Amino acid sequence: MTMVFDDLGDEAEEFPVRKIRFTINGKKKVAEIEPRLLLTDLIRRGAGLTGTHRGCDTTNCGACTVLVDGRAIKSCTMLAVQVDGRELTTVEGLASASELHPLQEGFRQEHGLQCGFCTPGMMMAAKDLLDRNPDPTEEDVRWALSGNLCRCTGYQNIVKSVLWAAEKLRAEA
Amino acid sequence: MFPSRFRYEAPRSLDEAIGLLRDGGDYAKVLAGGQSLVPMMKLRFASPELIVDINNVPGLAYHQADPDGSLRIGALCRHSDLEFSGLLKGTQPTMAAAAPLVADPLVRNRGTLVGSLCHADPQGDWASVMLALGGSVIAQGPRGRRAIPLAEFVTGPFENVLEHDEIAVEAVVPPATGARAGGYLKLERRVGDFATVGVAVAIETSGSDVIRAGIALTGVGGSTIGATEAAAALTGQPLSAGSIAEAAGLAASAAKPRTDHRGTAEFKRNLVRVFVTRLLGGTTTAATAPAERAA
Repeated sequence: MTMVFDDLGDEAEEFPVRKIRFTINGKKKVAEIEPRLLLTDLIRRGAGLTGTHRGCDTTNCGACTVLVDGRAIKSCTMLAVQVDGRELTTVEGLASASELHPLQEGFRQEHGLQCGFCTPGMMMAAKDLLDRNPDPTEEDVRWALSGNLCRCTGYQNIVKSVLWAAEKLRAEA
Repeated sequence: MFPSRFRYEAPRSLDEAIGLLRDGGDYAKVLAGGQSLVPMMKLRFASPELIVDINNVPGLAYHQADPDGSLRIGALCRHSDLEFSGLLKGTQPTMAAAAPLVADPLVRNRGTLVGSLCHADPQGDWASVMLALGGSVIAQGPRGRRAIPLAEFVTGPFENVLEHDEIAVEAVVPPATGARAGGYLKLERRVGDFATVGVAVAIETSGSDVIRAGIALTGVGGSTIGATEAAAALTGQPLSAGSIAEAAGLAASAAKPRTDHRGTAEFKRNLVRVFVTRLLGGTTTAATAPAERAA
């Protein structure tokens, strides 16, 4: 991955570029970044994985949600330099080469998306929930997705999609 | 949006972190969960020259009960650790009620209780909870450790008493001498918004008498408000409709709300009265559902 930054000349020593190593969707990566780079930008601009969306950029909407060491977080509110040595999963890491993840299948089956902008964040927040609680109630799902906004307001079908995925995952287990 | 340039250090020990802060002076900031600091840096409300990221310091992610009954919460204990904690359920009703109401699930996965106390936002939920419980913050610096009661820790909006080379390493809830009861109620326009009003109540009873009481208010003043007169009206007697009404009225008087887009001052003051009454009387309506869910 290539990142291009301002040449700071003499000041460069004061703000050293950092080399980080991390894993994203099972693949090992190395990057040289400015410490102020946000995780969203490392993923989108650095790794070229644009499934992670920049929505509000103010910690409100959850469109940029990814898993860091298995926990769903807002990638606009974490510094990229902090994932040094850690494991990232983005929406691109859900499906296998041949099959959709049950969450993705659920969103198709239950019409869980309209414009689709919030969908990757919804799926990653739902992944965190289902990893923790394989048999959630509807209320559990609503609670777990309460940090993710859908401006199409298609929440009913998003909740149904997650419950569909939970059932499929339980059947497979 | 992105922050202005800063130097970044990720020390592996507290001693190393404290050394960096000592050398960094007033222009250094400690980064734990970053759920307030990173947004402030992106908005350029904060432009620290040095960030000391403590996330790689081992042994700070705990929350545990000591043999004497005190509860210790480490600087890297995330809100969600507390939300899903088996330890808090049953033993810490006020904390268990508040944990699922902090911010939203994604922020709770990253943000920390100790960081929230340090940030000293008058809208912070944990400061009210810890104030009601009589908690304190343990600061560690080059001169050793010191315990700072929460009532003295916060000096104003976004200001605390930490020296520039001190790190808040732990929050402590003292042991109960009686049976704990209480809770936390918060009205927010939507999940993740700042509180319109939040109220923390923590009482301890022995026999039928209330032997200790703490009441604290979120979002109704320039800092977290300890409603000490209201709490005093409860102690030394059993809870009664009369003592609850008196405490609720005194708590409402202690609030210093301002009319804003979240509601009028009068509305907020009345909410304080209603929340204190509900938390002590146990009557439930729709507004208490989140707290009940956590129980």
